[in-house]
Amino acid sequence: MTDFKLNGREVSLSIPEDTPLLWALRDELRMTGTKFGCGIAQCGACTVMIDGVASRACVTPVAAVAGSEVTTIEGLEGREAAAVREAWVAIDVPQCGYCQSGQVVAATALLRETPKPSDEDIDFAMEGNACRCASYVRIRQAIHDAAAKLEG
Amino acid sequence: MTKIAPNRREMLAGAAGLVIGLALPGAARAQSGAAAVIRGEADAVFAPNAFIRVAPDNTVTVLIKHIEFGQGPMTGLATLVAEEMDASWDQMRAEHAPSDPQIYANLAFGIQGTGGSTAIANAYLQMRRAGAAARAMLVAAAAARWGVPAGEIAVAEGILSHPSGKSASFGELAEAAAGQAAPEAPRLKEPSEFRLIGTDRPRLDSRAKSTGTAKFTIDVYREGMLTVAVAHPPKFGAVVASVDETAALAVAGVERVARIGAGVAVYGRNTWAALQGRDALEIDWDESAAETRSTDELARIFAEAARRPATPVEGGGDVDAAFAAAATTHEAEFEFPYLAHAPLEPLDAVIEHRGDSAELWMGSQLQTVDHQVVAGALGLDPAQVRINTMLAGGSFGRRAQPTSHLAAEIGEIARAAGPGAYKLLWTREDDITGGHYRPLTVHRLRGALNAEGRISAWENTIANQSIVAGSPFEMLMQDGVDATSVEGARDMPYAWPAHRVSWARMEAGVPVLWWRSVGHTHTAYATEVFLDELLAKGGQDAVEGRLRLIRGDRPRDRAVLERVAEISGWQGPGRGDRALGVALHKSFGTHVAMIAEVSEADGMPKVHKVWAAVDCGVAVNPNIIRAQVEGGVGYGLSAALHNELTLEEGGRVAQTNFDTYPLLRIPEMPVVEVSIIASAEAPSGIGEPGVPPLAPAVGNAWRVLTGAAKRRLPFAAPERDLGRA
Repeated sequence: MTDFKLNGREVSLSIPEDTPLLWALRDELRMTGTKFGCGIAQCGACTVMIDGVASRACVTPVAAVAGSEVTTIEGLEGREAAAVREAWVAIDVPQCGYCQSGQVVAATALLRETPKPSDEDIDFAMEGNACRCASYVRIRQAIHDAAAKLEG
Repeated sequence: MTKIAPNRREMLAGAAGLVIGLALPGAARAQSGAAAVIRGEADAVFAPNAFIRVAPDNTVTVLIKHIEFGQGPMTGLATLVAEEMDASWDQMRAEHAPSDPQIYANLAFGIQGTGGSTAIANAYLQMRRAGAAARAMLVAAAAARWGVPAGEIAVAEGILSHPSGKSASFGELAEAAAGQAAPEAPRLKEPSEFRLIGTDRPRLDSRAKSTGTAKFTIDVYREGMLTVAVAHPPKFGAVVASVDETAALAVAGVERVARIGAGVAVYGRNTWAALQGRDALEIDWDESAAETRSTDELARIFAEAARRPATPVEGGGDVDAAFAAAATTHEAEFEFPYLAHAPLEPLDAVIEHRGDSAELWMGSQLQTVDHQVVAGALGLDPAQVRINTMLAGGSFGRRAQPTSHLAAEIGEIARAAGPGAYKLLWTREDDITGGHYRPLTVHRLRGALNAEGRISAWENTIANQSIVAGSPFEMLMQDGVDATSVEGARDMPYAWPAHRVSWARMEAGVPVLWWRSVGHTHTAYATEVFLDELLAKGGQDAVEGRLRLIRGDRPRDRAVLERVAEISGWQGPGRGDRALGVALHKSFGTHVAMIAEVSEADGMPKVHKVWAAVDCGVAVNPNIIRAQVEGGVGYGLSAALHNELTLEEGGRVAQTNFDTYPLLRIPEMPVVEVSIIASAEAPSGIGEPGVPPLAPAVGNAWRVLTGAAKRRLPFAAPERDLGRA
């Protein structure tokens, strides 16, 4: 039995403890915004926040989040999250869209840490999130736009 | 994939009467998969044709016959409808059309399918006619209700109005419009009347894709559904000899193991159980028919073939005499690896098998073929099978499978286990090692210069596997040549005094497939890098030299090259410690020129900025055109810098996941500036044409920086001498 808080709500799962958090979220809890891309923490499609830190759900055993607070794209709240989402929509960042949940979570985590990120800050924070459509030009722009809006 | 119709223009002209044909009699509707949607599973009350539904809540939903995997058909086709309806953009919605080989055919293919960058091109008039017909019926309904002549009614932003002050929304008139006859030949707008086409439209799917609510195939969960992982052969052509499933069945949550054509299927109550179960299988593979040669060996064989006379593709003038008379000659061999498409959503499909019917959820790119294969696997008539085309997490050609291997796999999974719901999920390892790659290719180029340093002869011999030979698309073979093997190496924009292009068809056990821009992926690099070398040897500027060579009948190529030179401030290739490289390439009817600004870092190119000039005819949505070129630059750069699939000695694929097949990341992404040529020509493709010129533009800058052209891609792979086989 693993208990943790998901998007502000207590959940309790009776599944093998080595089950990756990714599959617990998707198969058991139907939080399908978090995606599977590689299974080895190489693409970032499964990025969620664990106790506020952007983490790869595909290599995190569900047992490791016992007692923790897990936030997925569905539960992402706050002014940074709102600014990121709006910036993403405003300049049509997504193409296929499959990686974008992870991108939005990672960008939100960046702006919480670094309200006015430089291009180098963006490179460092977002390098782990692959976009096969290469929407990177707009990801970079949208992060700057969101930062500007938060500042304004 | 390349265009399938031999004459796309004629196909489009032939589509003129199509919308009329869409007013199916009731019986035909009932036969078609479209019936349920046309009748309005939602609360649509006005369905003027197979593409448009107007609901009382004033939304206009366009049924999109092409799969949306990022390239934007949902937004683009909806724009065409909204333009002619005079709808408000805010009221537009889009969803995938059901599978129907006639109603929802790609007019360039003759069946339902997406590829060859044809979505806007084939649907341009069709969708506009559909929208114009709907508008006319709404106007007729308003005229009848208000007792005024139809000609006095204006439509703007989704509101019909009459000078008397009467007005109504589409939603308010929907029910009445449903009783009006569809016009035979609705008037289409003149381009001067366009208010949406040619302007930046926001994508209809951006919000859902930015909030995690967009639903992909992997997100489909059905009652009692089992998740299936399949152990695929470790080498191409290997088959199961025997399997011990004891340990797999002992894994908690594993329900069943079945041998299917594709390998061994493990059915789990959830994904983790299926994956653990697959790991626990003990399989002996029969490798007697497997491809066991390494890619090193294949490349040598291909290079050897490229050095011999091969099947003629195109030619003119006396090549041999020109070489004999040349002041200077130059030759080079270029090697291109197998490439995986690696869409971020791995291949997947969900099926609900109900005994006498079935329903499939899948990011199908060739619905008509997949539909028939699934029905066949289950012994059902296609009418008993419903296909829900899902948003797909990328494709780049990977989901367009002439063999329908994924549809066959999910069909067999359902047949083996009987009625129930099943989700087939490939892992990244299945994807990277699973074949269906961009073909390994060798180009051998020879060029002759005369005493003035001008090119007097051009020869190109290409060796690779055929994508279409032996597939259901075999009709694409022309005079023994697979057009997708050589596209871009023929019909070049340049006037060669003498030239010869040939193709050597290679055989290997590695399945190959069209990969975003297909043959152009390698022909653009080989031809444009070699041309740059010849121009340099002749003392010519890379831009001026090309302009001098461009044929008189290729003004659009000239225009994009001049435009890109202008916006980049081209004054020759040098720019401080950086260099500029240029490339020009036409694909899928679209002309693109690029200039890349590059420096050297740790023995690799660092691309700082890319300028692109694009002529794709009428620019329906410049916002999406720019996005596709930006993405094409990134996709092309990932391959140019990093990506290759190699077979080790014995035939195993060496790369398995993104740790060994690294994708381009944000720090490597250049700034991209796109300039779109204003044009009144028919719209052409944009999903693929941004890819081909990127690698040669980088390669040409690289030669300026280092003094040596890169002969083998990716840049991360060391150069090698392919010697004699």
